[in-house]
Amino acid sequence: MNEIRKEDERVKGTQEYVLLDLSHSPETGFDQFAQVVKRTFGKELFVGLWVTLREMGSTLFGKGKHTVSYPLEKMPIAPRYRAIHDMLRLLESGNYRCIGCGLCEKICISNCIAMDTKYDENQRKEVSEYTINFGRCIFCGYCAEVCPELAIVHGGRYENASEQRASFSLFEDMLKPIDMLTQQKEFDGFGAVSPNADENIKKTPLAY
Amino acid sequence: MSENMITMTIDGVACQAKEGEYILNVARANAIFIPAICYLTRCSPTLACRICLVEADGKRVYACNAKAKDGMEVLTSNQEILEERKAIMQVYDVNHPLQCGVCDQSGSCELQNYTLELSVDTQPYVIADTTREAKNWSSVLHYDPGLCIVCERCVTVCKDMIGDAAITTGARGGVELDKEYKESMPKDAYSMWNKLQKSVITPSNDTDSTNCSDCGECIAVCPVGALVSRDFVYTTNSWELTKVPATCAHCSSGCQIYYETKPTSIENRDQKIYRVTNEWNYLSLCGAGRFGYDFENRVVAKNEVAFRVAIDAIKSAQAIRFTSVITNEEALMLQTLKEKLGVKLFNTEAKAFQNFMSSYTTHSGNMLFGGNIKEMMQTSDFIISIGSSLRNDNPNVRYLFNNIQKLNKGAGLYFHPVGDSLITSMGKNITQIEHKVGTEEAILYWILDQFADKEKLPSEINEYITSFHEVSKKTITEKVITDVTETVVDAETGESKEIVKKVTTNVEKEIEVVANRLLDILDAPADFDATLEKYLGKKENFSLVLGEDLYFHSQVKNLAHLVALIEEFTPFSVAIIPPRTNSLGVALLCELDDDMNDDKITTVGYNTIGDFVLSSLGNGDLDMPAMNQQEGTLTNMHKRVVPTNAAVSYHGYELNDIMNELGFGQDLTVDWTSLLPTGRGFKSVDFDSLPNGYTNSGEENRGYRLENKTTKSTSSIPTKIVTSDISGEILYRCNPQRQFNEFTDKAHQIFEEFALYVSKEKAEMLGDKATLEINNKEFTLPVVVDDRMSGDIIKLPDFKHSHEIYTHFGDSRFKSTTIRKA
Ligand code: SF4
Ligand code: SF4
Ligand code: SF4
Ligand code: SF4
Ligand code: SF4
Ligand code: FES
Repeated sequence: MNEIRKEDERVKGTQEYVLLDLSHSPETGFDQFAQVVKRTFGKELFVGLWVTLREMGSTLFGKGKHTVSYPLEKMPIAPRYRAIHDMLRLLESGNYRCIGCGLCEKICISNCIAMDTKYDENQRKEVSEYTINFGRCIFCGYCAEVCPELAIVHGGRYENASEQRASFSLFEDMLKPIDMLTQQKEFDGFGAVSPNADENIKKTPLAY
Repeated sequence: MSENMITMTIDGVACQAKEGEYILNVARANAIFIPAICYLTRCSPTLACRICLVEADGKRVYACNAKAKDGMEVLTSNQEILEERKAIMQVYDVNHPLQCGVCDQSGSCELQNYTLELSVDTQPYVIADTTREAKNWSSVLHYDPGLCIVCERCVTVCKDMIGDAAITTGARGGVELDKEYKESMPKDAYSMWNKLQKSVITPSNDTDSTNCSDCGECIAVCPVGALVSRDFVYTTNSWELTKVPATCAHCSSGCQIYYETKPTSIENRDQKIYRVTNEWNYLSLCGAGRFGYDFENRVVAKNEVAFRVAIDAIKSAQAIRFTSVITNEEALMLQTLKEKLGVKLFNTEAKAFQNFMSSYTTHSGNMLFGGNIKEMMQTSDFIISIGSSLRNDNPNVRYLFNNIQKLNKGAGLYFHPVGDSLITSMGKNITQIEHKVGTEEAILYWILDQFADKEKLPSEINEYITSFHEVSKKTITEKVITDVTETVVDAETGESKEIVKKVTTNVEKEIEVVANRLLDILDAPADFDATLEKYLGKKENFSLVLGEDLYFHSQVKNLAHLVALIEEFTPFSVAIIPPRTNSLGVALLCELDDDMNDDKITTVGYNTIGDFVLSSLGNGDLDMPAMNQQEGTLTNMHKRVVPTNAAVSYHGYELNDIMNELGFGQDLTVDWTSLLPTGRGFKSVDFDSLPNGYTNSGEENRGYRLENKTTKSTSSIPTKIVTSDISGEILYRCNPQRQFNEFTDKAHQIFEEFALYVSKEKAEMLGDKATLEINNKEFTLPVVVDDRMSGDIIKLPDFKHSHEIYTHFGDSRFKSTTIRKA
């Protein structure tokens, strides 16, 4: 046995094997019988049960917990995650950013965006209604990527269970509530401006 | 116009072309691309954009106004030209607002396209911008000068094609270009910019509104989003729209249009028509076609009860009364009903037209008139219009009249009892003869007198015409120039020389003057003969267009006879304009009966009055699909059978369902298309095989052309002139512009009202409202000033059939009446 270990040391470097001091397995029929009796009537069974009970308590209520207590607690979503869309507002005016250009409608691979626009009293294009059919949306993110105004983005809302497959979201559902404007964060995910965007463009000369 | 074919090469490709054709058009016909922004086919080149620069035989020329010559070699680009073009696009992009995101033209914008085509990715030029406010010019026009690139296409089309010349270039008030640019930038780009920086487009009457025909053609030609219809602004992106190729159902011009559809809204996913567009390089629409599109009859389900009643009504009816707003297929169905059930067919306007045409056929031997409006537009340089209020009756004939003046250096005579200042404003060589009502025969005789080959003309006619000549003697003073030879002696040299001097003497001379009393009948201006002589100088190609006044005329047979003679013995090519949408088709397909408006006859009305009414307007006893909801063909004044398509859904019964119920039907309505009678010039072709478009060179590739059928003509002598006596206040049955029938009236952008249209002077006499009496029936209607009208005649529209205007007018378009202020 030692011969072999030495051989191993030469080959594999310093490996320290420790022999465990294991009790001998029962050898005779009587020994086996005695072990069964000892285990059955000794307190070892209760030790095992206790350990299970203790660990259960700890994982459910104490420190040993490893899962998120959904729906009481939700995981933070990575910025590039593509969940239900948010429509953002302009921080300065609080106005919605969407200009109704229709690029998202055009690019949408599942043809699930529709919008109504009109000429408003301020001579601007008003988005009077905007909708995404989430029964069809595949959350590809193309809409967020194409949007020239950084208006449509993917938000963090991923709970999409509904009574019917085709459920719609309307403009007001997706639009950042005006009272939460201060909490609106610039979107980092799909379609966001690249950090070196400024270096990549040439400025148009202006005469004033 | 020379028809000489020449051969030239463009980028090495050999091209056949007509001599004198513009290089750009030759290239387009041969599928060679030359960028061009400001040029419009059928209008004169404006040279505003200069981007069509090419090299022809080593010289720089503008392809849109340089004419093709035999053996010419054209290069569409070289380095220098490319730089020039790129600079032009860069200039167009200076201060162009970056609002493609909301612009209505985005996606079909020529500025976007050429900016990309010429790879503009930087902006070297700069100038301070000028504030320019968006404006509404009329009930339909919305102009945003911020987007305008001053290509002048709108100005050109309005002047050269439409004839209103309602818009022009005005001062922009922008800053001057930096002088430095003159040296530093390509020269064409500089001069284009110099002009651009000085101008915007404004109404040409110095006000804020165009006060024009509201045809919307300027909107159609605008390459950018500067001109848009007020109703359409910001409602949809152009790429969301589905184009349905169709045919306009409002007048006999039968223009090709595209209904552009998209779901109504997020809640309502039914297709809705958002706008009508056209191939503006090859054809121009009018306001009715462009804006009168939402006349559909929304029917969600079949009404079986009404259907059963309808079947019974038709079975028991003695007559079916219908209008010309009907497809050929439906007309054939009605004719089948006549053959199978023995019902009479009433259609006032088509019957009047049919009477005229049948007399024409008897005397000419031709089923169809020989003239072709499209060819006239290209070649004719002298045009006469008789019997049509051009501005109201048929917009495309009016465009023809105008285009001949503008592009072919033409001249025109406009014969009509109601004066129209728009017509006379179309050119310098136009005379309007406001003749007495009912004297159309005299006009036609005068044409024979003036233009017919007298040798060939039957002697009786010759004699009759000559009987109007009044020869009188007149003394005139004439200047006579004579050469007088004098011998003078040179003072210095003493040599004598002969000098020839010109001496003018006044000589009294007696000449014979032939006065034509026909012209007196017509109240022609005193110097008419001289004017005409001036007009006729160098003219080669004569056109005559005839309108509805001739079909609604007590002498209709004789008029048609005279027209046949004119076509035979004079150089005129003649176009006879069908009064309504498909009057020509109906006249060819149906045996029509005289409508006596007898109350005892039980009638079924189709879109008109009757005891039981089938209605595409939604106000009858059984619903029918409107023209924008059905497939079928129409026969237009260009003698073409053209297809139309359904743009909007319809779920009710169609005429073919009734036919099926009665046992004479076909599977589908369009199965009737191939059954249209070949004996009447139609072809036995499937509906689905009919094309509906234009080729690159502008050739009309729509449906098929009706074949003319010839018979033996009977030669006889037309009767003498009969002048009718119509006195007192005179009414003229005539619709306002853009209003043709109840369908245009239903459309939300057409609001010309059912009112009396009068000249300004007349309106002063009548006030705001007037009551008039025809056939013991009183009408009280608002009075509307039509400031282009002159004279005393009052125009009374007929577009609402509930007023039964046709019935009241009988067989004339003029009617005497009594009228008083209301
Ligand atoms: S995520 Fe993709 S499928 Fe969903 S709306 Fe956007 S583009 Fe359409
Ligand atoms: S792409 Fe952006 S700005 Fe354009 S319509 Fe969609 S959400 Fe609005
Ligand atoms: S609507 Fe027609 S008539 Fe009026 S300005 Fe435009 S082109 Fe001219
Ligand atoms: S309005 Fe349109 S068509 Fe007219 S000049 Fe401007 S860009 Fe050209
Ligand atoms: S109404 Fe007549 S001229 Fe006007 S668009 Fe229709 S067919 Fe053409
Ligand atoms: S197209 Fe020739 S100059 Fe504009």
